[in-house]
Amino acid sequence: MSFPWAQHYTPKAPLMQWIDQRLPLPRLVYNAVGAGYPVPRNLNYFWNFGVLSGLALMIQIVTGIIMAMHYGANELVAFSSIEHTMRDVNGGWLMRYAHANGASFFFIVVYLHIFRGLYFSSYKAPREMVWLLGLVIFLLMMATAFMGYVLPWGQMSYWGAKVITGLFGAIPLVGEPIQTWLLGGFAPGNAALNRFFSLHYLLPFVIAGVIILHIWALHIPGSSNPTGVEVKGPQDTVPFHPYYTAKDGFGAGVFLILFAILLYFAPNFLGHPDNYIEANPLSTPAHIVPEWYFWPFYAILRAFTFDFFFIPAKLLGVLAMFASILLLFFLPWLDTSPVRSGNYRPVFKKFFWILVADVLVLGYCGGAPAAEPFVMISQVAAAYYFAHFLIILPLIAMFEKPLPLPGSITEAVLAKHGEHGAAVVPAE
Amino acid sequence: MATLEETGTSDAGASGEEGVRRRDFINIAAVSFAGVGGVVAVLPLINQMNPSADVLAMATTEVDLSGIQPGQAIKTTFRSQPLFVRQLTPKEIAEADKVDPSTLRDPQSLEERTVDGKKQWLITMGVCTHLGCVPLGAGEGENRGEFGGYFCPCHGSSYDTAARIRKGPAPKNLEVPAYKFTSDTAILVG
Amino acid sequence: MVRIGAFFVGLFFSGWLLVTFLVGAVSFVSEPPAPTAEHEFHLHPKEVSYSFNGPLGHYDKAQLQRGFQVFKEVCSACHSLKFVAFRDLEALGYNEAEVKAIAKNWAIKTPDVDPKTGEMAGRAPVPSDHFPKPFANNVAAAAANNNAIPPDLSLMTKARHDGSAYVYSLLTGFQDQPAELLKEFPDAKTPTGLHYNPYFANLNLAMAPPLTAEGQVTYGDGTKPTVDQMAKDVSAFLTWTAEPKLENRKRAGVAALFFLLIATGLAYMSYRNIWANTKH
Repeated sequence: MSFPWAQHYTPKAPLMQWIDQRLPLPRLVYNAVGAGYPVPRNLNYFWNFGVLSGLALMIQIVTGIIMAMHYGANELVAFSSIEHTMRDVNGGWLMRYAHANGASFFFIVVYLHIFRGLYFSSYKAPREMVWLLGLVIFLLMMATAFMGYVLPWGQMSYWGAKVITGLFGAIPLVGEPIQTWLLGGFAPGNAALNRFFSLHYLLPFVIAGVIILHIWALHIPGSSNPTGVEVKGPQDTVPFHPYYTAKDGFGAGVFLILFAILLYFAPNFLGHPDNYIEANPLSTPAHIVPEWYFWPFYAILRAFTFDFFFIPAKLLGVLAMFASILLLFFLPWLDTSPVRSGNYRPVFKKFFWILVADVLVLGYCGGAPAAEPFVMISQVAAAYYFAHFLIILPLIAMFEKPLPLPGSITEAVLAKHGEHGAAVVPAE
Repeated sequence: MATLEETGTSDAGASGEEGVRRRDFINIAAVSFAGVGGVVAVLPLINQMNPSADVLAMATTEVDLSGIQPGQAIKTTFRSQPLFVRQLTPKEIAEADKVDPSTLRDPQSLEERTVDGKKQWLITMGVCTHLGCVPLGAGEGENRGEFGGYFCPCHGSSYDTAARIRKGPAPKNLEVPAYKFTSDTAILVG
Repeated sequence: MVRIGAFFVGLFFSGWLLVTFLVGAVSFVSEPPAPTAEHEFHLHPKEVSYSFNGPLGHYDKAQLQRGFQVFKEVCSACHSLKFVAFRDLEALGYNEAEVKAIAKNWAIKTPDVDPKTGEMAGRAPVPSDHFPKPFANNVAAAAANNNAIPPDLSLMTKARHDGSAYVYSLLTGFQDQPAELLKEFPDAKTPTGLHYNPYFANLNLAMAPPLTAEGQVTYGDGTKPTVDQMAKDVSAFLTWTAEPKLENRKRAGVAALFFLLIATGLAYMSYRNIWANTKH
């Protein structure tokens, strides 16, 4: 641990001492998410979403293992095996709805986690590696979610698989062979279904592995905080346990309440009705849309409608869609402002909220039919998206005059409480 | 300079102690309540492995006995396992009755293993009680073993004409499932 | 270096998107997209109140039985219900013997192998069987229905937006094509063999109005079998076929929320308690 004042693990129980001397696993847990990890004392509720993402992954793995116990990865039985789970398996409906809505909740908390990172510039030195590993997790999640959506073998599953693998078909020369290779055929079929099932089962464990790296990398510099000022001494931190375990426990409760409302009272609200129609290679749904969490990227894909000289529009859309995610890998070197927190960056703050609105607009357009005015709106919104990260952020960093930073976390906390009088009640 | 830690509460002494205890109680209550919820949430995860509704719906089997002649047996399925339905000849009944049940490994008489007044109908599972192989003897011309009942080829268990274990490693007689006659020529198993 | 590269990549994507937008906007203004009959005349499902709506909703078993009767006497001639088994009907309030009788007397036979000859043959369904399909395969279904394949109804109310109300609206929505539609879109005349229905996505569907007259079925419980009533009952029945565990789900949801609210309240108190003496 990088903080000299971090508490040391001194097990009292003889059994724990015995284990710790032979396998220092208790020590590892203590230092990672226990009292041995000093955390800035001023974290707000947006810092809950990391732990909540972990909770969402656990829900997905547990319900997913159960779904796999009843699932048949064969185009003849895939759809009916899901219906069998829903109707005949004891509590199968609960497992299935929890898995389907759990995916949505996973993305909700991860998006909030990412936007928190964007606002507070959590990607800046010395936390670049945390950010990069987080993006790897995000890419793995998208792949996992996409392949999972194919498994029920409904109409959207089938046509989604066809359209998304078709993206690779846009690559010049090798595109079509790659698409055929991905599918193991000329259209989605048994081969595709089986390999997607296999990988859909594998990738969550890869994600879990990268999460360990993500947390490891986080523990080298320690957590960032809303002021963006680094920890200066013991007075700036509290031990993770019990302070943040308690706060995360409360956060998990709120998360589970919202999850339960959706799961038990509107389980199909975020899904598409067409996926309750069995896959039919001879009939395309009126408009194919992916799950909501892909809508912003789908809007970028569809925004390109004109060829750019020798580059066909289709390829351009595919390149832009991948670029829209990959550019995030360069963020630590694009935003060179020495100030981290958006709270002290007046210009950056305005553009951040424009970006949030922009992504929401992109999301809305991505879910709407590919017709005017949505295509035109998505073109403007996509243009802003690229401009924001690739042009505006570097420029702000050069010209913005940040507000004065507090001397330390402690100073900021005391200033806040000074403003609110002698409040004993901790305010968020 | 102000401090970050509020040292103690305004009320000291006994009421302070009380406050500390009340606070500990809240933490313990929260953790235990969440723990109970966690345990309850695990129940459906376990229950989902129990037989599903479609499997349970197949849990009874009707068997038509009209085509089975004395001395003949048929092999059918009950809960996805073989079921032997056999009409014994008077000679086979006599052979079974001749044995004193108390001398057997799993003491049971033919009466106990059949329905009252339907002693000729021997209905048993076709699952050897040793390690679960399907014994021979239900099919035409199969080896019925030295006691004329069933013979398990896996480890040589021999069953007699009441499907009782007589020789070999099997510990028990062939299991008689729950069944009832729905008419003179039909039974409902399960 | 990274920032210079990024600047040009950003300029390329953003610039080209803006060019595309301008060209699109000009053509959108100069020749706005022509309205279509589907866009102008398609209607969203009617508002219907069902007993199963709302967080405490539950099925009305008498209504489901009536809806099942409509399905049996009207829909089942053409539409399959392949994900539902006869044994599931016990959830509608039928007892074991009644379910057995319903299965045994079902007009369509369950395909099976004749145990004596080994030929494919039909036998009377038993409770563990799913509802047999009226047509052996899609080719037979299309051939018998003017090239339209009657869809399976098991999941119909989940396979359409606002599905229960959609089924009800569709069944009660058959009408003559409005004169304004023909005036505005002379080419959109309903083709022969199709039937105009504003609740159907493209306005013309192959199914002829299935519920045409009051008294088409005779309800055992004395409910007046108006077309509206039959449509409502059968849409409720099809909601059950699509979501048979709806009641379990909502009940479990109420219990789960009750528990979670208390647990979260305790967690909040515990959190406040732990942070009580720490400013943050």
